[in-house]
Amino acid sequence: MSATPGTLAGSRAPFAERLAAVRGSRRRVVDRVMRTVALAAALVCVLPLAAILLFVVIKGAAALNLDLLTKPPKALGTGGGALNAILGSLQMVAVAALVAVPVGILGGVYVSEFASRRSARAVRFAADVMVGVPSILIGIVAYTLLVVPFKQFNAAAGSVALALIMVPVIVRTTEEILRLVPHEIREAGLALGVPTWRVVLSVVLPAGRTGVLTGVMLAVARAAGETAPLLFTALGSRLVNVGQFGQPMDALPLFIYNGARQPIAALNDQAWGAALLLLLFVLGVNVAVRARSWGRRAG
Amino acid sequence: MTTLAPIGRLRGRTATRRADVVFRGSTRVFGGAVIATLGVVAAVLVVSSAPAWTRFGVDLITQTTWDPVRDVYGALPFIVGTLYAAAIALLIATPIGVLTAIFLSEFAPRRVAIPLTFTIELLAAIPSVVIGLWGIFVLSPFLRDTVDSWLIATLGWLPFFRGPSFGVGLGAAGVILAIMILPTIVSISREVLSSVPNSQREAMFGLGATRWEVAVKAVLPYARSGVVGAAILGLGRALGETMAVTMVIGNGQDIPVSIFDQAQTIASKIAVTFNEASGGFQTQSLVAIGLILLVMTLLLNVAARLLVSRAQRGPIR
Amino acid sequence: MIITSPGRLSALALAAAFAVGACSGSASPSPAASTAPGASAAASPGLGGPAAPSGDVSLAGAGATFPGPLYQVWVEKYAAAHPNVKIDYQAIGSGGGIKNITAQTVAFGASDATMKDAEIAALPAGTKILHIPTALGAVVFIYNLPGVTELNLDGPTAADIFLGTIKKWNDPKIAALNSSATLPGADIVVVHRSDGSGTTNAFTTYLGAVSDGWKNGPGVGKEVNWPTGIGAKGNDGVAGGVKQTPGAIGYVELNYATQAALATAKLKNADGAFVAASVDGVTAAADASVATFPADFRAAPIINGAGAATYPIAAYTYLLVYADQKDQVKGQALVSFVYWALTDGQADEAGLGYAPLPKAVQDKALAELHTITSGGTPIWP
Repeated sequence: MSATPGTLAGSRAPFAERLAAVRGSRRRVVDRVMRTVALAAALVCVLPLAAILLFVVIKGAAALNLDLLTKPPKALGTGGGALNAILGSLQMVAVAALVAVPVGILGGVYVSEFASRRSARAVRFAADVMVGVPSILIGIVAYTLLVVPFKQFNAAAGSVALALIMVPVIVRTTEEILRLVPHEIREAGLALGVPTWRVVLSVVLPAGRTGVLTGVMLAVARAAGETAPLLFTALGSRLVNVGQFGQPMDALPLFIYNGARQPIAALNDQAWGAALLLLLFVLGVNVAVRARSWGRRAG
Repeated sequence: MTTLAPIGRLRGRTATRRADVVFRGSTRVFGGAVIATLGVVAAVLVVSSAPAWTRFGVDLITQTTWDPVRDVYGALPFIVGTLYAAAIALLIATPIGVLTAIFLSEFAPRRVAIPLTFTIELLAAIPSVVIGLWGIFVLSPFLRDTVDSWLIATLGWLPFFRGPSFGVGLGAAGVILAIMILPTIVSISREVLSSVPNSQREAMFGLGATRWEVAVKAVLPYARSGVVGAAILGLGRALGETMAVTMVIGNGQDIPVSIFDQAQTIASKIAVTFNEASGGFQTQSLVAIGLILLVMTLLLNVAARLLVSRAQRGPIR
Repeated sequence: MIITSPGRLSALALAAAFAVGACSGSASPSPAASTAPGASAAASPGLGGPAAPSGDVSLAGAGATFPGPLYQVWVEKYAAAHPNVKIDYQAIGSGGGIKNITAQTVAFGASDATMKDAEIAALPAGTKILHIPTALGAVVFIYNLPGVTELNLDGPTAADIFLGTIKKWNDPKIAALNSSATLPGADIVVVHRSDGSGTTNAFTTYLGAVSDGWKNGPGVGKEVNWPTGIGAKGNDGVAGGVKQTPGAIGYVELNYATQAALATAKLKNADGAFVAASVDGVTAAADASVATFPADFRAAPIINGAGAATYPIAAYTYLLVYADQKDQVKGQALVSFVYWALTDGQADEAGLGYAPLPKAVQDKALAELHTITSGGTPIWP
C-alpha cells in the first residue's frame, strides 16, 4: 500500500484495475473489518450515556416521591426531601440568566454588528478561552470578590459565578447566529431611515431568534448542572431559602454531591432522585433545543 | 461564505443619532466585559496567590509534600495526578473518538449518522456531578470487580498496573474523564473530517480505493491538525474537570504510579480542601495551583483552536 | 413594528426554567417566608435564660461534621420552638469552621479542634473568639470486613495501619490482638479525611501519642500529609467510603458508625482493657479530665484517659462565636440558641452517640455565654 495518490492519479484505469485485482480481496477484508471496528467505536460512545441514563432513571425513579419534591431535608436522613435544592437551583439559575442573557446577547451583537475585525476577534477569543476556564476557578474568583468582602456565603455570589459561565456561551452562539442573518435585511431597515439600534433589536435579533434562544437555553442547562462554582459561594443550605440572596442557598448539584458521600442509604437514594430531576431538566432542554437543529440538518 | 461589513460600518455614512451612540456604546461595554472578565479571573488568581509564590517559589511546583501541619506546600503530586488522569482519558478517548468520527463522516448513512451524532453530543450535556454519582456507585465497583482484577492479573508486573484496586482511584477517574471528553473529540473531529472537500475522496474512489483507504489516506491526513486540535481540546477539558473526578479519584496525597493509586488532580484538591483550608499559606497555595491550572488550560485551548481553525480552512487556500 | 428586547428573551428563559421546574412536579416558590410576621413566635425563655429576638433572624453556621447530626437535630428542635429564628448549619469540616469564622463569613463556626495560637493571631484586629463546648464525642475505628464482627486494636497497630506499614488484614500484629477471629488475607484500604477536620485532629493526636513513627511522620493536625489511603470528605464521606469498600478501615465520630450500621473496633485503653466506643466510655474520659479543663476552654482531645471503662479517643466539640456581636439581633438569637443547646439540648446527646458536658464544664460555658456583648453591652447580662 505504498502507492501515493499522486502516482495513482498519474496512472491509467487498467493499472488501477490490476492493482485492485492483486490486492483486492485483502483490501476488501481490511475495509470490512475496519468499518466494523469504527461502528463498534461509535457504539462504545453511546454505551456510557445509556448506562448513566439507565441507572439514574431506575434508582432515581425509585427515590422520587412527593416528599422529595415538597420537603426540606430532615436530620439523620429521616424522611425529608430536596425542596431546598430544587428552589435554590431555580432561583440561582434564573437570576444568573437575568444577568447573563442581556450581557451575552448584547456582547454577541457587538461582535457581529459593531466591532472592528480586530476587536471582534479579541472578544471571540476571550469568550472561547472563558468557556475553557475550569469552573472551580470561577468559584475561587467569586468567593474572593463576592463572599469575603460581604462576610457571608450568599446565593448572589453563586448566581454571578453561574452567570460568568453562561455569558461566553451566549456571546458566541448569538454572534454566530447573527452572522447568518442575511445582510439585505439590515440594509433595508437602514434605507428606510430606521435607527441602527432599532434595526438590530427589531429586525436582526428577531431574525436570529431561534438560534439565539438555543444558545441561551443551552447556557441555562449548563449552569443548572454546575457544582464547582457553587461550593465556595452559595455553599448549600438545609433550609428552604426563597428570595434571600444574601444567605446561603442549596442547589440540586450540591444536594447530589453531599448525598452521594453519605453512609446512609436513604440519603444516597435522595441523591439519585435529585440526579433524575436535574437530568430531566438538562437533557430535556438539550433534546428540545437540539432536536430542532437536528430536524433542520436532516431535512 | 461571504463576510459583509457589520451594520455599524454601513451606518457610517449617515448622521449618528444619540440613541445609536448609546446603543452601540452599551454593546461595546458588554463585549468588552467578556475580555475584562478573563482579565479579572487571572488577576484575582495572581493577586491571591502572590504570597505563596513569594514564600515557596518553584517549590510549589517541584516539591512533593503538601503538609498543612508544617505549613509547607508542594503541589507536584496534584500536577502529576492531573496530567496522569488526563493522559489515561486521552489514551482511551482519542482512538475511540476518532474512529467514531470516521464512522460518522465516512461510513454511516445520514439517517444513522445524524441521530448518532445527536446522542453522543447529549452525553456532553450530562452534569459532572451526576456522572460522579454514577461513578461512585456503579462504575468504580464494576471496574474493581472486573476490569481491574484482570489487568492486575495480566499486567500487574508493570508498575503502572500494580494492585490492589479499591475501585476509586486514577483509573476510574481516567475512565470517567474519557467519557466526558469523548463528545468533544467526536464532534470536533467529525466536523473537521466533514469539511474535507469531496474532491479529495472522489479522486481516490475513482482509483478503486475502498472507503477505509479513502478515510485513512485521503481524508484523515487532510484533517490531521484538526483531529489533533480536537484531542487537545478534550485534554483541556479533562485537566479542568472537577466534580466527577473529585468523587472517584480517591483523593490520595502521593505521586501516583499505578493507575490503581489514589490521587488528586489540581481541581479536585481545590474542590475538597478550599473551604476548609486555614487562611494564610494553605489557601494561597491552593489558589496558586489554581493559577497553574488556568495557565495550562489557556495554553491548550489556544493551541487547539488554532489547529482546528486551520484545519477547517484546509491547507490550500 | 414589535421590538424584541433582550429583556423579553431573558423573561422567556426564566419562564422556561420555572416551567421545567413545575413540570417535574415541584411546588412553585411561595413568597411566604419574606412576608411572615415578625412577632409571630413568643419567645419561651427558660428560667433565667436569654430571650430570643422577636423579629425574623437568619443565622448561618458552618464547620465540623463531627457534631453534624447533633446540630441538625438541635436546629430542628430549636426552630420548632422559635419559628422566627432560622438557623442553617452546614457540616463542611472543622477547618472550614475556623476559616469561615475568621473570615466572618458565618455567624458561628464549629470545630472540634481548638484554634491554634497562630489562628487566633490571624483574627481581625480587636476581635476575640470564644470557644463554647457543646458536647463530647468519641473517634472510633470503623471497618468493612465481611465475616469479622469483632476486632481488637491497640495504638501502635492502628498507627502502623494508617502509616501503611501493615497492609494485610491477617498481618501478625493484628492477628496477635485477635486470636479468636479468622482474619482474611485481604488488603487493608485506609479511608481518611481529605478536608481539614477536627476528627482528624483528635485522631492524629491519638496516633501521635501512641506512635513515634506517626509523631515524626505525618504528625498531628486537622489536615496531615497522609502516607496512604483514600481521602473522603467529612465524617459522612469516610463512613460512606468504608461502607462502599470491602477491606476498608476508617475513623469517624461514634454517631456516624451507628447511623451507617458499620462495625467498630474495640480499642485498648490506658488500663489495658479493650473497650468499645460508647457514650459511657466518653463520659468516663470527660469526668476523669474535668479538673484540667483549661480556663480558655481550649481543651486538647482526651487521649488515653485513666479508668478501666474509659474510651481512649474523646474530644470536646465547640461552637466558635465572636465575643462581641456586630448585629445585636443576630447576637441575641445566637445566645438564645447556644443557651438552649447547653441546657435543654444536652438531653438529646446520649441518644445520638454524644456525651453531655460534665456539669462543671456546662457551668463554665454558661458563664462564658454571659460575657458575649453587642456594641460593648452584654446580650445576656
